[in-house]
Amino acid sequence: MTSSHRAWAYGDNVNTDVIFPGKYTYKVRDPKDFAAHALEDLDPSFATQARPGDVIVAGRNWGCGSSREQAVTALKYAGVVAIIAASFNGLYFRNCVNNGVLPIVCPGLRDAVATGDIIRIDQAAGEIFVGEARFTYTPPPPGVQAILDAGGLLPMLQARFRG
Amino acid sequence: MTGYTFAEKALARAAGVASARAGDLLDVRPDVIFSHDNTAAIRKTFLQTGAQRILHPERVCITLDHAVPAPTTDHALNHAEIRAWVAEQGIRHFFEVGRGICHQVISEEALVLPGEVIFGSDSHTPHFGWMGAFGMGVGRTEMAALWAVGELWLRVPESMRVTLTGALSPGVTTKDVSLHLIGAHGIDGGEYRSVEFAGDALDALSIDERSVLPNMMAEFGAMSAYMPPNQRVFDYLEAKRQRNYTPLYPDADAEYAEDIHIDIGSLRPVVARPHQPDNVAPAGDLYGEVVQQAFLGTCTNGKYEDLVAAARVLKGRRVSIRTLVIPSSAEALKRAAADGTLSILLEAGATIGTPGCGPCMGNHMGVPAPGEATISSANRNFKGRMGTSDASIYLANPYVVAASAITGRITDPGEFLS
Ligand code: SF4
Repeated sequence: MTSSHRAWAYGDNVNTDVIFPGKYTYKVRDPKDFAAHALEDLDPSFATQARPGDVIVAGRNWGCGSSREQAVTALKYAGVVAIIAASFNGLYFRNCVNNGVLPIVCPGLRDAVATGDIIRIDQAAGEIFVGEARFTYTPPPPGVQAILDAGGLLPMLQARFRG
Repeated sequence: MTGYTFAEKALARAAGVASARAGDLLDVRPDVIFSHDNTAAIRKTFLQTGAQRILHPERVCITLDHAVPAPTTDHALNHAEIRAWVAEQGIRHFFEVGRGICHQVISEEALVLPGEVIFGSDSHTPHFGWMGAFGMGVGRTEMAALWAVGELWLRVPESMRVTLTGALSPGVTTKDVSLHLIGAHGIDGGEYRSVEFAGDALDALSIDERSVLPNMMAEFGAMSAYMPPNQRVFDYLEAKRQRNYTPLYPDADAEYAEDIHIDIGSLRPVVARPHQPDNVAPAGDLYGEVVQQAFLGTCTNGKYEDLVAAARVLKGRRVSIRTLVIPSSAEALKRAAADGTLSILLEAGATIGTPGCGPCMGNHMGVPAPGEATISSANRNFKGRMGTSDASIYLANPYVVAASAITGRITDPGEFLS
């Protein structure tokens, strides 16, 4: 099963201060308003033009910097369902999983994709297609996939506490 | 069979399994968990889970530090919500406005101990490597989960070893060692790894000097960092500790993904230029770069010894730009007040702020105007970090910050130290 997505392409070392500026972390408190500031200091067009189902394709070390989870949820509320990077900051990677945003480590993809391109993802097989070109990645281990399937850590806990 | 790294040992212990290897997925039960001004937001998520009581309130530490005293009604409300929650949940380890920055306060209070695991909803939690504890930053949802169920999934990281030999030259500090390492290997040089320090040079370091290295490893992409605890560390913790502990050391034949060696005696004071901590250059090469503000503070370099270092440079001199000194804790401030360090800084023209994070992340007093440059003893200089994205941040050790405060330019402290 593959799904099609429109890509937003960015470079290396995109840090949490540009994904979601620290000055808003205690000011903007409604998650729906996070999206309005997503990537504000890197790409002002993103917040106005992102659509549900979009993905981000980036270089190395996506999400380095702060632990702020808004750097994931701002993108999620903007519609982003997956982030494909050459590598991730570890804390950011876990924040993705815990918020049900699929993080994919796929080093070769960045150079093959430009903003606006359509890519297709086959999560079960660990494959990404850009036109005819095929890229592979390692799907997450079952424990991590279970959190993603639940939609994140919160829904998982809700199932546990609310039964 | 090769031996185990510190990370493998500490996480196996906290997961209650006999042994673990890098790459294993574990459910880890940390000994201590903490949050700061983000506690109210975590509470919201926690309540959404359906849980009502924090499972282990005795393991929870909460410090108000990110915007203290409250600069706006919003922040005051945020603090008020947190106080009510602390009372409701019976959280004993709560630290009010002015006590200091979470990492420093929890260290001073010996609330976590060598060999233990501590998770904080703050990216600089690798800080606790100074005492040989496994510290890792977590997101807010993860902290809510930790409150609710006391454990968290994680993949045991690979480790890299950084061996330090030699002795620091005057005016050079462990900040320079950190920036040198990050500059040489990039801000993702330690990505998803445990950075385990080793080497003779560690023995000479004070507690304040030690804590800079693991703190800065957050800027290296590291998941955690570790320094082998020694007698100095045990003595520091002895007066306040409330339980016994067993320090952990990596096996001599542990396997490391990478081995790096630094002769710290060869280092000079360096500066990370805007807008990344790995954009490192010798301070002496940057004299042409003008700054409008000097900021001495943060969990990295706002400690007592950092104030003393700045005072050595500023004694009998005057700053030429606005100079903000924000001690990382009330303890640091008290010591600096008691021995005259504070007077030297005040005489030189510095302004003193409430112990806490200050303008480090652009949330509190001391933020720069668009177009301005700040020389800062903080850890992170990304665009927009201190508020406006049009400001520049230079990172350096306290001697460089003080010397630059005098000249209004990025300055090697050498000439002020003789
Ligand atoms: S001083 Fe800065 S880096 Fe340290 S905890 Fe506070 S905001 Fe974070």
